[in-house]
Amino acid sequence: MKIAVVVFPGSNADFDALHTARDVLGADAYYVFHKEAELGAPDAVIVPGGFSYGDYLRCGAIACFSPIANAIRGFAERGGPVLGICNGFQILTELGLLPGVLTRNKHLRFECRDVHVRVEAGGPFTHSLPVGTVLRLPIAHAEGRYQCDSETLLKLERQNQIAFRYCDAQGEVGREPSVNGSLAEIAGIYNDRRNVLGLMPHPERASEALLGSADGFQLFQALAAHVSSQSA
Amino acid sequence: MSPRTPPEPAVDLTLARSFGLSEAEYLGILETLGRVPTYPELGVFSVMYSEHCSYKSSRIHLRRLPTEGPKVVQGPGENAGAVDIGDGFCAVFKMESHNHPSFIAPYQGAATGVGGILRDVFTMGARPVASLNSLRFGRPDHPRTKELMTGVVKGIGDYGNCMGVPTVGGEVYFDKSYDGNILVNAFTVGIAKTKELFFGLAAGIGNPVIYVGSKTGRDGIHGATMASAEFDDTSDKKLPTVQVGDPFMEKLLLEACLEIFARDCLEGVQDMGAAGLTSSSVEMASRAGNGLELDLDEIPRRAKRLSAYEMLLSESQERMLMVAKQGREHEVFELCEKWDLDVAIVGRVTDTGRFVCKVTAGYDPLDEKPIARDPRVVVDIPIPMLVDAAPKYDRPQREVVRDPIASQVIGPSVTDASAELLALVGSPNIGSRAWVYRQYDHVVRDGTVFRPGETDAAIVRVFCEDGERTIEKYLALSVDCNGRHVQLDPHMGAAMAVAECARNLACVGAEALGLTDCLNFGSPEKPDTMWRFSRSIDGIRDACNALGIPVVSGNVSLYNETDGQPILPTPTVAIVGQLQDVAHRVGLAFTPGHSVALLGVPARGSLGGSEWLTQKVDDVTGEPVGIDLAAEARLQKLLISFARQQLLASAHDVSDGGIAVCLAESCIARGVGAQVKLGLHGGRELAKLWSEEPSRVILSYAPEHERTLRSQAEGAGVPFTVIGTTGGTELSIDAVVRVPVTALAKAHREALDAVVA
Repeated sequence: MKIAVVVFPGSNADFDALHTARDVLGADAYYVFHKEAELGAPDAVIVPGGFSYGDYLRCGAIACFSPIANAIRGFAERGGPVLGICNGFQILTELGLLPGVLTRNKHLRFECRDVHVRVEAGGPFTHSLPVGTVLRLPIAHAEGRYQCDSETLLKLERQNQIAFRYCDAQGEVGREPSVNGSLAEIAGIYNDRRNVLGLMPHPERASEALLGSADGFQLFQALAAHVSSQSA
Repeated sequence: MSPRTPPEPAVDLTLARSFGLSEAEYLGILETLGRVPTYPELGVFSVMYSEHCSYKSSRIHLRRLPTEGPKVVQGPGENAGAVDIGDGFCAVFKMESHNHPSFIAPYQGAATGVGGILRDVFTMGARPVASLNSLRFGRPDHPRTKELMTGVVKGIGDYGNCMGVPTVGGEVYFDKSYDGNILVNAFTVGIAKTKELFFGLAAGIGNPVIYVGSKTGRDGIHGATMASAEFDDTSDKKLPTVQVGDPFMEKLLLEACLEIFARDCLEGVQDMGAAGLTSSSVEMASRAGNGLELDLDEIPRRAKRLSAYEMLLSESQERMLMVAKQGREHEVFELCEKWDLDVAIVGRVTDTGRFVCKVTAGYDPLDEKPIARDPRVVVDIPIPMLVDAAPKYDRPQREVVRDPIASQVIGPSVTDASAELLALVGSPNIGSRAWVYRQYDHVVRDGTVFRPGETDAAIVRVFCEDGERTIEKYLALSVDCNGRHVQLDPHMGAAMAVAECARNLACVGAEALGLTDCLNFGSPEKPDTMWRFSRSIDGIRDACNALGIPVVSGNVSLYNETDGQPILPTPTVAIVGQLQDVAHRVGLAFTPGHSVALLGVPARGSLGGSEWLTQKVDDVTGEPVGIDLAAEARLQKLLISFARQQLLASAHDVSDGGIAVCLAESCIARGVGAQVKLGLHGGRELAKLWSEEPSRVILSYAPEHERTLRSQAEGAGVPFTVIGTTGGTELSIDAVVRVPVTALAKAHREALDAVVA
């Protein structure tokens, strides 16, 4: 399996994604610099976390004008699996591949800590995880508050596009104070075709027991199974 | 001079003094130079002779530190030090202060402190992999503490987070001595191939000198001089001397530099840190024994009408000076273009041994129609004058003799030890630092094995990439200093800082490889302070010798005083160590069903400098606790051996707050109680609960290991006392303490609320 990890100026979790895909999953993972026009025929694309262009404008906003943006859009439109993590999620919303927007955390601080999320929907990254499964994953962001208009929210809920919601250790949503003020406690969403996933928590930083949690690795395993079933 | 440029002031003694030069220093310049320096030359002298750049008050003392050892790859004198971590790789690290700027502008001051230390590390060719910081603020309820702390923490977070370097640990203390002078000490470690380290060398006559990174502005002019003076009520007017950071630019600079270094097209490189273009040029030329000529007309700039003086002294951030191999300049240009960085050839290496700068008066490339260029020499100084022959002082010292009465201060008698413990655990100096470390990305780079607060030292997995092969190694990092113990006994107190820092590493199972320090003191012109400084150096030396740890890099920050009030002497040390195998790692949390033992000599009950006594009497006082360095060395060796045999469930050293707080922290970590017997009945004996006497560690272990542990401890000559068991929901100590762990956890969690809320 070939996985392209896109590197924008300011990407900083590119190594985390590469390491997990290459060293833990065993995929043929490689970097693609944002000035490239082609992705190099991957089976999946990861848009990693970081501070693309310093996040000085709106998070992810300038990344859309990089040459590689069209290639990512084309890959997604052909149904290829795309995973946007943290800043990568923000970039995917700016690219129009996912609905909604990520704004400043309600408490206005950057926050890094472990949170729990509940699996809410199946898809290439979650099909092996029963709905209701609780994962412990780290977050590390200042702008992760998911927001969209009520029509979009309705559509997300009706079409089962909400992939993850923040919850407590038992999987209850809304019992603990909100992580960042996200609408409906949304931590991650699929697009309507369900091949593009964006999420704020970092599954690639929780893919080895040594790092405190291997829960996130299940997303990568699900992806591998999805890709091999597609090519079979 | 262009009519639009303000005229340069005439150079004389008065001006020299206002630049921070003494009369003797100025007269020395006149004599050696054989003429009155130009205005830009006076600027160059003033920054190169500042305490910050010249170490003029500290140099003769720093020589006493042990800097050699089998693991040392690079000792002091370069941008950072380096120690061998095996397989041809080394850990490159340094700690630096950014105290003065952070007090004037907490957010930018702290942010650029982080930026500076990151550059020091990647300038050596190392990829930064982890950061720590050591912070000191004034009283928790001082009117400025909240604002300073909020700004500093956000500044550190915003810079380090954007760079993608995890901030994995650190320390925060509050004491009234820092009311008018906070301390911000930032540490970074990086990984490099030992054979591919880069140095700050302007080698090869005729080689091009290349400027890479941000454009030059007026920020930070005379920052180094500002950082070499005391504060007074005019200090807020020094705001323009603080630099402004751009972590995104630095991230590009980092990636571009590492790619440039990999091409092997450079002779040397140095970041433009304190004293900017001046110190980077002069230091690079000095190390190579060469001269260097700059054409200031070529300097990329973002401010109009910059004078030669301003370009030479600007401390604009995120800039590098490189010396390329002849004919390889285009490779540097190519990679800078890839990363969208400014780049310009600004000079040449010469064989004159002189620092020469040319500029065209009135020329400004930012003008719509710049005038014709005709550069003239405005600076021409022999480089040795600026470096080797810079002033060195053996400043007068006066031993501070302690009032014998102060040693008898033992604080009030208390009856309710449970309430005392809860108050201590919930006090700002001891409680949870979650509010701080949650604002730092501590998990980026997939290497953080424990979360902050789970161990005595951070453990970071690093990836050593050697062609196709990636070798995973595990570093352990800790930073420490308790200025109160240094105040009471500078020699022993500084030795205790080194010992505790190394003990933290031993507690997680790691062996210390090398040390970096940040020596924060008041004015060296005060004999008391100078004596404390000198004694602290002796303390670091003695502890390093006893524990076999070389000093490989460091920094001195003097003049940390406001209106004549110095800070507690704070010689902060950070140590980098390594785990043989990650399976050896040890955390500090208790697990139910284990036995608890005290390793080391039980406390005599001395309360000098302790958190408990300081809170009770609002003064740093009492009998200094001292340290037996030979016993400390035996203890640490034994701890590492226990960890390697995987005999321990937890290890946590007794430090701030004493043994009661140490036990409470191991309980809180996982919500597990403990029942402990220390043989205390109450009254004055309770002092043993709060004493901060060093060289003690609380262990827990599966009961079947007890015989092995005991016999090995006896063999090593280290006291081993079984004191209890883990389990249940309470921490009890004899009949004197009985507290639910949930209550301890709540107090611990909320300790900083009152400070930052």
